[in-house]
Amino acid sequence: MKLLGFLLLLAGWGLVLTAIVLLATSAPRIAFVLAGIGVEILGLVLVIRAHPAPRGERE
Amino acid sequence: MTSAGGPAISDTAAALCLMFIFLVPFAGAGLALINTGLGRARSAAHLMMSSLCAVSIAAMVYFVWGFALQGFDGGPAHVLNVGGKAWDWIGAQPLFLRHLALNGSPASLAALLGMMSVGLAALIPLGSGADRWRLGATCASTALLAGVTYPIFAHWVWGGGWLAQLGANYGLGRGFVDAGGSGTIQAVGGLTALSVAWILGPRRGKYTMEGMPTAIPGHNSSFVVLGCMLAMVGWWGLNSAGAVLFAGAGAGEAVLVAINTTLCAAASALMAAVITGVRFGKPDVSLTANGWIGGLAASSAACIFVRPPEAAAIGMVAGALVTLSVEWFELRMSVDDPGGAISAHAMGGLWGVLAVGLIARVPPLGSSATGDATGQWLAQIVGVATLIGFVLPLTYGLNWVLNRFRPQRVGPEGERQGMDLHELGAGAYPEFMTHGDDFSQR
Repeated sequence: MKLLGFLLLLAGWGLVLTAIVLLATSAPRIAFVLAGIGVEILGLVLVIRAHPAPRGERE
Repeated sequence: MTSAGGPAISDTAAALCLMFIFLVPFAGAGLALINTGLGRARSAAHLMMSSLCAVSIAAMVYFVWGFALQGFDGGPAHVLNVGGKAWDWIGAQPLFLRHLALNGSPASLAALLGMMSVGLAALIPLGSGADRWRLGATCASTALLAGVTYPIFAHWVWGGGWLAQLGANYGLGRGFVDAGGSGTIQAVGGLTALSVAWILGPRRGKYTMEGMPTAIPGHNSSFVVLGCMLAMVGWWGLNSAGAVLFAGAGAGEAVLVAINTTLCAAASALMAAVITGVRFGKPDVSLTANGWIGGLAASSAACIFVRPPEAAAIGMVAGALVTLSVEWFELRMSVDDPGGAISAHAMGGLWGVLAVGLIARVPPLGSSATGDATGQWLAQIVGVATLIGFVLPLTYGLNWVLNRFRPQRVGPEGERQGMDLHELGAGAYPEFMTHGDDFSQR
């Protein structure tokens, strides 16, 4: 899940870059950039969930 | 490869810029004191030693090849051609600062500021790794930050890279703007701090069997507050030098930069004090200090592009963001960050970058006309996406690989004994009595 999360982070960034390069008009460009940010947030959630809450140890 | 001379600045501006850069080490001293004060007494000497080693390693690595990758605006660089547009992705300076005239030229000032900045960025993860991060691992991780992560992103922003060229290539305002380093220094350091905290895991005794966090208070709040004051002096220099070198400001505009920096930090600290006072009944020193540093981190990107009331507004948002995110990281994400580095630097820095697009008025270079607000906002969003989507996986991956070769975290016995005795053989306060609960599991 951690690896998938980081891959989604990179994919979201790739989406943002692609939107900047390929789309010239403002509205679709903004929409795709925000979609890329959304993918990054999804990846971030996965990475966070892949680091489970720790439990203390009794001595 | 392209090769050209850097933009010219007057001798007076160069001399003032040099003086500004000389102030930056105060920010490093401040962060070292804050990290130490918020850590345990039994790791105080270790944290100060780690700070000194991190700054030293960062300077050495940056000298050898860091600046070669970062380069400067108009300097030699590797360029890709994407859709008919030049994408400048990495610097191609010679190693060891060779062929760089160290005479007050903008390129030489950028190299000196970069050397100070990378040291500052290297100090940030020490706050999140306090009380459990081995000294050797700290040095190795710092070398990766100074040699890979920082120079790559710094080139994209300050070295004439593709983020800076978003305006010229794609009509996005003036391109990604970060005058004093909210993204380039603070967010890069803060995201590295998050990676380190994830990889190291929490301190022993931080979480109960039920997964609830327990309070492990810092050992010296006087250090923390003194560190805040010192950091402000360093930030005046950092933001002023960055505004002159990377945002085309005149040296006299350092007055506006210093006022904005101070107001942003002050508003942020006051907001943190009010929020903690309302939530907990009494204002909290460590969270107020984190608010102050978060305000400084947020002030950097827009320091020359806003008026003082807007700087105060940026600070107020930063104060709320930092204070609430400290609790969120600890409670919801189970991230143990003794120094609050992730909230203050990563959250504060990212907010500072966004604030340029939302609040600041960024004129086109060499003009006082109002720029393209929507395009500027989009350029800042692309910068934030790059920090989260590229810098975070990169810095996490580098530290993960490092951890596979040799664990970065000290063993349980070392943590129980304290980093000072375990790694250095002597404590910071040898005349102080050791308390029994320092050695027991909470």
